[in-house]
Amino acid sequence: MGSLQLKSIRKAYGSHEVLKGIDLEVKDGEFVIFVGPSGCGKSTLLRTIAGLEDATSGSVQIDGVEVGHVAPAKRGIAMVFQSYALYPHLTVKDNMGLGLKQAGKPKAEIEDKVGKAASMLSLDPYLARRPAELSGGQRQRVAIGRAIVREPKLFLFDEPLSNLDAALRVNTRLEIARLHRSLKATMIYVTHDQVEAMTLADKIVVLNAGQIEQIGSPMDLYNRPANVFVAGFIGSPQMNFIDGARLGDKNAKTIGIRPEHLGLSRESGDWKGKVVHVEHLGADTIVYLESEQVGLITVRLFGEHRYAPDDIVYATPMVGSMHRFGADDRVLA
Amino acid sequence: MSQARHSIFRTGFVHAALIAYTLISLFPVFLTFINSFKDRNAIFRAPLSVPTPQTFSLIGYQTVLGQGDFATYFQNSFIVTVVSIALVLLFGAMAAFALSEYRFRGNTLMGLYLAIGIMIPIRLGTVAILQGMVAANLVNTLTALILVYTAQGLPLAVFILSEFMRTVSDDLKNAGRIDGLSEYSIFFRLVLPLIRPAMATVAVFTMIPIWNDLWFPLILAPAEATKTVTLGSQIFIGQFVTNWNAVLAALSLAILPVLVLYVIFSRQLIRGITAGAVK
Repeated sequence: MGSLQLKSIRKAYGSHEVLKGIDLEVKDGEFVIFVGPSGCGKSTLLRTIAGLEDATSGSVQIDGVEVGHVAPAKRGIAMVFQSYALYPHLTVKDNMGLGLKQAGKPKAEIEDKVGKAASMLSLDPYLARRPAELSGGQRQRVAIGRAIVREPKLFLFDEPLSNLDAALRVNTRLEIARLHRSLKATMIYVTHDQVEAMTLADKIVVLNAGQIEQIGSPMDLYNRPANVFVAGFIGSPQMNFIDGARLGDKNAKTIGIRPEHLGLSRESGDWKGKVVHVEHLGADTIVYLESEQVGLITVRLFGEHRYAPDDIVYATPMVGSMHRFGADDRVLA
Repeated sequence: MSQARHSIFRTGFVHAALIAYTLISLFPVFLTFINSFKDRNAIFRAPLSVPTPQTFSLIGYQTVLGQGDFATYFQNSFIVTVVSIALVLLFGAMAAFALSEYRFRGNTLMGLYLAIGIMIPIRLGTVAILQGMVAANLVNTLTALILVYTAQGLPLAVFILSEFMRTVSDDLKNAGRIDGLSEYSIFFRLVLPLIRPAMATVAVFTMIPIWNDLWFPLILAPAEATKTVTLGSQIFIGQFVTNWNAVLAALSLAILPVLVLYVIFSRQLIRGITAGAVK
């Protein structure tokens, strides 16, 4: 159990509107990720679901029950914070057990649940330590353990991996994915990292300036972005945007094409251009070229390629890979 | 290389300055202390010399302790100081928490209003305070002093503590809320332990003026039973004759309790446990 309905959630600080009417439905067991640039309101939305912020208007329902006036502890949620937010004066065990202790659960039950969560996250050797004696990755595992112990209807993650270094980030990401599979719990996860979003989510919610731009599965968003913002936000390197008029398209204001959907040749092709810069990443080669017809574009080639700045090359888009956007920046059917 | 030499020169200079300052601050204390162990003639003849077997005398301490009431004076000073500090810390921290944690109408204005007390000396209100205490029947009670000192200490406490409270991670407090801690538990169990160093700073700043104050004990509680040490020592300072032995002995004794309190608080100052709470 753990479904969530948001109906026209608005949040304003004074005259500044942070959330401008959010409607969202999350089904039981789904892994939903809120993604968007900083300041888009994704953390505020998460905090509103948690009850740490009150929505100015709108309704939040967990399992069909309106929770607008329910205290965070009574909503059946657990939250993992970016800064871990462990209680510095408590041991790992007490950190994980505090929520249950506050709820007045018997000691044996707390012990049992903490033990289970600890072994799930391989934290057993550290139960007696304080947070100060743990590494960053261990602290975040304790924070996740603290959430698991509560057996919540909803797990909320607020950029949980942002403070970890790259290697740990990948490990912890796998751990969260594994947890989601084994617990079958509903999880809502906020991040600005699209790799996390693409790899973890069942459903991604792209937010921008307090509004939902698009909701869909990772591949939906990649293959069928609803508008210019989503097209530009999902995918790395960013999609190339070309003025429709330059390609002789009268209906489309902007034409988008992903760097990986462009082919490159030294002999012939659609768009002639001069190489400006090349990035060799081993698995990929990223070529930036300045073309007279379409301006500066990025091409992503798989494998190693020997292009150098000032080479003259021809880029050709793959058939059916163009995204056409109208004057309102929305995709054209 | 040159950098190492440079930094040695610089630390040397810093230390020289600090040592000079320490000597200047400690000199009057030292003078008081050595002279309290000398006889009357020696105090006047050679005030800067340390006591020798010829000049050594405990007459000052005998007078002070023989007076009998000094134990009461110490007790009064101690009660007033400790209770006032406790109240200042409690209410100061609570006000600071409210000001830094909650958004409400007039928050900034309230903060400014509470901080104004730092700039306006409480003694300006002495007459009104005395009238109030008379009306409330609190003259010649320690309660009167405690109330006044609590009011006097609060502005600085609120000011310093609210700055520190702002540095306590919001995530930590929110984690507490999700775990079902009440706002009071969050305040007492999460926030207070984290700002202990700031509390100790405030305690030290609050304690010393209270312990040393002569003004309010003289006006609000001059009765024998409620005299503080500073006021009690005044009986040795007469209009024509001053019993310097006794005054110096009383002052030397009065340093001790405040030194003990300071040591307690400064241990807290050092023992910060914030490390590792948040990255």
